[in-house]
Amino acid sequence: MNRQLTQASSASPLATHEPMLDTRHGPILYLEDVSVSFDGFKALNQLSLYITTGELRCLIGPNGAGKTTLMDVITGKTRPDSGAVFFGQRIDLLKLDEPAIAQAGICRKFQKPSVFEALTVFENLELALHTNKNPWHSLFFRLTPQQRERIDEVLTTIGLRKHSQHFAGILSHGQKQWLEIGMLLMQEPKVMLVDEPIAGMTQQEIERTAELLLSLQGQQTIVVVEHDMAFIRTIADKVTVLHEGAVLTEGTMDEIHKDPRVIQVYLGAAC
Amino acid sequence: MKHFLFAHHDNFSRTLVIALATLTIGIPLLTLLTPAESVFHCSAYTLSLLGKYLTFALVSLSLDLVWGYCGILALGHGAFFALGGYVMGMYLMRQIGSRGVYGNPELPDFMVFLNWQELPWYWLGVNHFGVMLLLVGLVPGLLALVFGGLAFRSRVTGVYLSIITQALTYALLLAFFRNEMGFGGNNGLTDFKEILGFNCQSEAVRLGLFFLSGLALLGSYLLCHAVVQSKLGRVVMAIRDQEARVRFLGYRVELYKLWIFVFAAILAGIAGALYVPQVGIINPSEFSPLNSLEIVIWVAIGGRGTLYGAIIGAMLVNYGKTVLTGLLPEAWLYILGSLFVLVTLLLPQGLVGWLRSYTKERSV
Repeated sequence: MNRQLTQASSASPLATHEPMLDTRHGPILYLEDVSVSFDGFKALNQLSLYITTGELRCLIGPNGAGKTTLMDVITGKTRPDSGAVFFGQRIDLLKLDEPAIAQAGICRKFQKPSVFEALTVFENLELALHTNKNPWHSLFFRLTPQQRERIDEVLTTIGLRKHSQHFAGILSHGQKQWLEIGMLLMQEPKVMLVDEPIAGMTQQEIERTAELLLSLQGQQTIVVVEHDMAFIRTIADKVTVLHEGAVLTEGTMDEIHKDPRVIQVYLGAAC
Repeated sequence: MKHFLFAHHDNFSRTLVIALATLTIGIPLLTLLTPAESVFHCSAYTLSLLGKYLTFALVSLSLDLVWGYCGILALGHGAFFALGGYVMGMYLMRQIGSRGVYGNPELPDFMVFLNWQELPWYWLGVNHFGVMLLLVGLVPGLLALVFGGLAFRSRVTGVYLSIITQALTYALLLAFFRNEMGFGGNNGLTDFKEILGFNCQSEAVRLGLFFLSGLALLGSYLLCHAVVQSKLGRVVMAIRDQEARVRFLGYRVELYKLWIFVFAAILAGIAGALYVPQVGIINPSEFSPLNSLEIVIWVAIGGRGTLYGAIIGAMLVNYGKTVLTGLLPEAWLYILGSLFVLVTLLLPQGLVGWLRSYTKERSV
């Protein structure tokens, strides 16, 4: 299983008809009736969510709505008590652990920047590089010119080219966020889960993040969790509102903005 | 392109390599070339002592990989050292042949004493030098593979892992104390006569062992350096700092930890095997948790996460131990303990870290 997955994910990230990842019939991510409870508290309550290939989906919801738990379930960090989680038609994510899910092509940017501070920016990106991740392979690993070019490209995209040889620990908060995004890009994922990408960023950095996410739209499936409504309005294609561990409603920003239930649970306080 | 063993060494590292190489070749050479009265001539006692330090430095180096680079505070690393030592001890016991007290050509003395009629199966083959060499790496490596495999798979980390590694070495200590285990019980293995047909007490053998210890340390240092400079080394450091994050990048953290743990165990086994013929005895006390704690202290004092730090720490602390246990035998453990506390509080990067920041300040 694992081996097949690795093979599947080593193909081009943009190819649509791969042996294992089958998205011909609908969603690339498929969650049905997923429930997670922590000591009786229902973090997710029979949640169902479908993400279509190539879409940019925003997840919003008040604190405790289950956004981060949802990401934990998809990436294998948390096992749900019940429900089904599929990647394409065939890959049952509940049977895989974190590394296998990451190798299959679902990659995640964390809420708190968690770059490797003892390594340089370049080395951080090198670690994220999509390649064979077996220890023996790593021991004898040498970057090919193409891979080096790819890292340079990402360094330019995230604006950290001149910091390439600096330790990631000395970067500003916003730069660390960018490095995280860069690491996400290096993994060439099929699905990007982006948890609060703009926290701690300056207005200029926020605009560039929005640009980047929009530029990836269509090639890559992206799920963004964010609190910043202005930012969501800039990038959102379709928005899902979570509340108490379940989907409250889905639609465009304007649609959900008018939904009285949404106003009641969430926007009422903010807008 | 430079050979991978010699690439990316900083000034400290280069100095250490040159110093080690000079020591390894210089001391045996001087001893051979100068008469016994000369100051440059090392006595058998000094040679064994220095050789012992070299093997301690090797086991310290291997623990630094596990603790300093991978963040696993293993408090039972001495077990691998002792196992390597026991394999060598078994080989040396079998070389005694009929020269033992009971004159039994097959069975070591303690087995005759226990009225055993034949060698237990696990003693078969160790009388061959090649088999012994193989087992010196294989036995500690296999134990590390099984133990680490179970622990890392179940994601045991932090204090819990430290405690079970300590329990492991303590369990081995108790097991090796038992006469029925067939490893000489309380007395261990000693009274060695010959190694590869040469008298263990002869100067040539002492010089040879010293040279081999130096060579093993130097070779292991270069190898460890290449490992931490490789991508595997960077993944391992990433695991030390943010284990969960590394998993989400698609790396099987448990396999990386296992790789480092087994590699370090093999190095520790080699160190143990070189240690035993130089001190002339191996007994269960080598498994004592205190020994493993001492290795941790060497690494901490030298500077964990720097390979040369581990080597320098082991050498300095053991030199201090030799001098001070001669002068104030009772005080040594207190001194060692307070040294550990002081270094942890004042020099978290160890002596090497302090030295490095000092030279950096000076150059600025």
